[in-house]
Amino acid sequence: MPYSDDLDVRITDSALRDGSHAKAHQFTEDHVRSVVAGLVSAGVPVIEVSHGDGLAGSSFNYGFSAVDERSLMSAAVDEANGRAAIAALMLPGIGTIDDIKACRDLGVSLVRIATHCTEADTSIQHFTIARELGLETVGFLMMAHSQPPEVLAAQARIMVDAGCQCVYVVDSAGAMILDEVTERVTTLSAELGDAAQVGFHGHQNLSLGVANTVLAIRAGAVQADACTRAFGAGSGNTPTEALAAVLDRLGVTTGIDPLTMFDVAEDVVRPVMDGECVLDRMSLIMGYAGVYSSFLRHAYRAAERYGVSGAEILMRCGERKLIGGQEDQIIDIAFELAGERTDDEAHLVTSTAGGSEA
Amino acid sequence: MTVTAAIIGSGNIGTDLLYKLRRSDVIEPRYMVGVDPASEGLERARALGVETSAEGVDWLLGRPELPEIVFEATSAYVHVRNAPRYREAGIRAVDLTPAARGPFVIPPVNLTEHIDEMNVNMVTCGGQATIPMVYAVSRVTPVAYAEIVATVASKSAGPGTRNNIDEFTRTTASAVEVLGGAERGKAIIILNPAEPPLIMRDTIYCSLEPDADEEAVTASIHEIVDDVQGYVPGYRLRVPPQFERDFTPDGRGRVTIFIEVEGSGDYLPPYSGNLDIMTAAATKVGNEIARKLTMQEA
Repeated sequence: MPYSDDLDVRITDSALRDGSHAKAHQFTEDHVRSVVAGLVSAGVPVIEVSHGDGLAGSSFNYGFSAVDERSLMSAAVDEANGRAAIAALMLPGIGTIDDIKACRDLGVSLVRIATHCTEADTSIQHFTIARELGLETVGFLMMAHSQPPEVLAAQARIMVDAGCQCVYVVDSAGAMILDEVTERVTTLSAELGDAAQVGFHGHQNLSLGVANTVLAIRAGAVQADACTRAFGAGSGNTPTEALAAVLDRLGVTTGIDPLTMFDVAEDVVRPVMDGECVLDRMSLIMGYAGVYSSFLRHAYRAAERYGVSGAEILMRCGERKLIGGQEDQIIDIAFELAGERTDDEAHLVTSTAGGSEA
Repeated sequence: MTVTAAIIGSGNIGTDLLYKLRRSDVIEPRYMVGVDPASEGLERARALGVETSAEGVDWLLGRPELPEIVFEATSAYVHVRNAPRYREAGIRAVDLTPAARGPFVIPPVNLTEHIDEMNVNMVTCGGQATIPMVYAVSRVTPVAYAEIVATVASKSAGPGTRNNIDEFTRTTASAVEVLGGAERGKAIIILNPAEPPLIMRDTIYCSLEPDADEEAVTASIHEIVDDVQGYVPGYRLRVPPQFERDFTPDGRGRVTIFIEVEGSGDYLPPYSGNLDIMTAAATKVGNEIARKLTMQEA
């Protein structure tokens, strides 16, 4: 079943939300306006704008926004002028219903409520209110690589019963590999049937964003996330322009014009980025060890401050089974590593420390 | 001489609280009220000789001898309904939900400040663990902004927390300001499902003025950690306070405090430090109220 009469799959571009991590949350209104204008010109139907950690994410723990996200969302709504829907992300435990109401009042029409993939019941009150407010809803099951398909399906059902209209399998760590995506999306689609759609959100940490997304679509996903120029956490997300091209060649209608998208990626989005999102050692470790992608820049900073290996910090994040939102523990881990370090190991630490930031 | 008490709510918090109140020399936990006849908490309470009912607060208020103190261990919504009824019946309420009907109490900050109030609120588990640290900083230097991150094991977060996660963040943030002494407060809660379950961890960030006395801040933190350890022995700093200068765009620094709270394992497993610190704090506050009532009666 296609997404709608016009689209086989609906793509949401999240460069102005997931990209906030890679930008250390320093987006300005000008950035937002130029990216939204570019994405609209290419036919992107949904554009997500929020702090990287969702509404009210601006904090010591995740990084303060340079510009209040409400101003950014307002600018996006104004710039899109009805030609694309503006979405916002919200994580229960960080934001509240007040934030959902506020973004609705700004003209945001779609709210995406994200929980760790075993904690869906913390989102019930938010889905209920979001629907009462007339918002379209999407549910995010984050770190979906960490749980088997049946667990995800049961969690998806909790969200849908609460009012969620599409549940995303979210590969926050960029750790899912091909069949793992197929199995999860297939199981969710079977569980939800006509009650709700299924979506997929991929990261590039093992270089599988586009391939995983194609498999998700073949398994029944009718919504998918991507970020122009891969502008997102970790080594970035599924690149919108590549996905648009691949889906076009596969005969899957997204409404996005690939050639325009290539220009937007290069001429509009790239200049907004601090650097390209690259598949470096730290990003690979995140995909390999199953670490939440937004930890990347925090790990770089802690590695530098405590003189320890950023790679080791991320490995330990995986060992401790940290989930999304636990950025605070990165400092704790760096301190622990600094305490364990002996003079003999010092040369090794230097050789694997942070390195240049993407 | 002891004061009689009732525990409303026979879940994890209520049951753990029962074990702690039984050790009190001033409180006699006489009643425990739930809504589910099959509740393990009620069964344990019965076995300990406590009068129990699954018929809710109506049953309690129909007893020929009412308790002098109730401990509310249900949910914020339930307490909002129950609070006026306790008041009408002349029963003191110690509220362990984030309903925030009465003034906030955090033992190291204001243990006896509201001792004569009919209703006092214990904030949230995350608030009990973190606000003492915000207070430790703000009592020696101005704190323009404080933020707390409470991470608890999924298994120790019951339906009350899960259904009312917004109440947790709002009530905790408010108490970070009111009792913590920060001009502006923010609270974040994370539920981590890792197995084996993680011990409760909390991170407290406080902004500091450029001239803040780091030694005085550190000394104050250690002093308050000692205070909390007096009633929660498993409360400890994981890492020495971490100071960063010129951290914010407006030139402020920050101190970061890492706490771990290991529970005493009365009823709940030790990883549930979040629940343990709540029941330990409520017991401490209840004891103070009971002593005052006993003095007045004498």
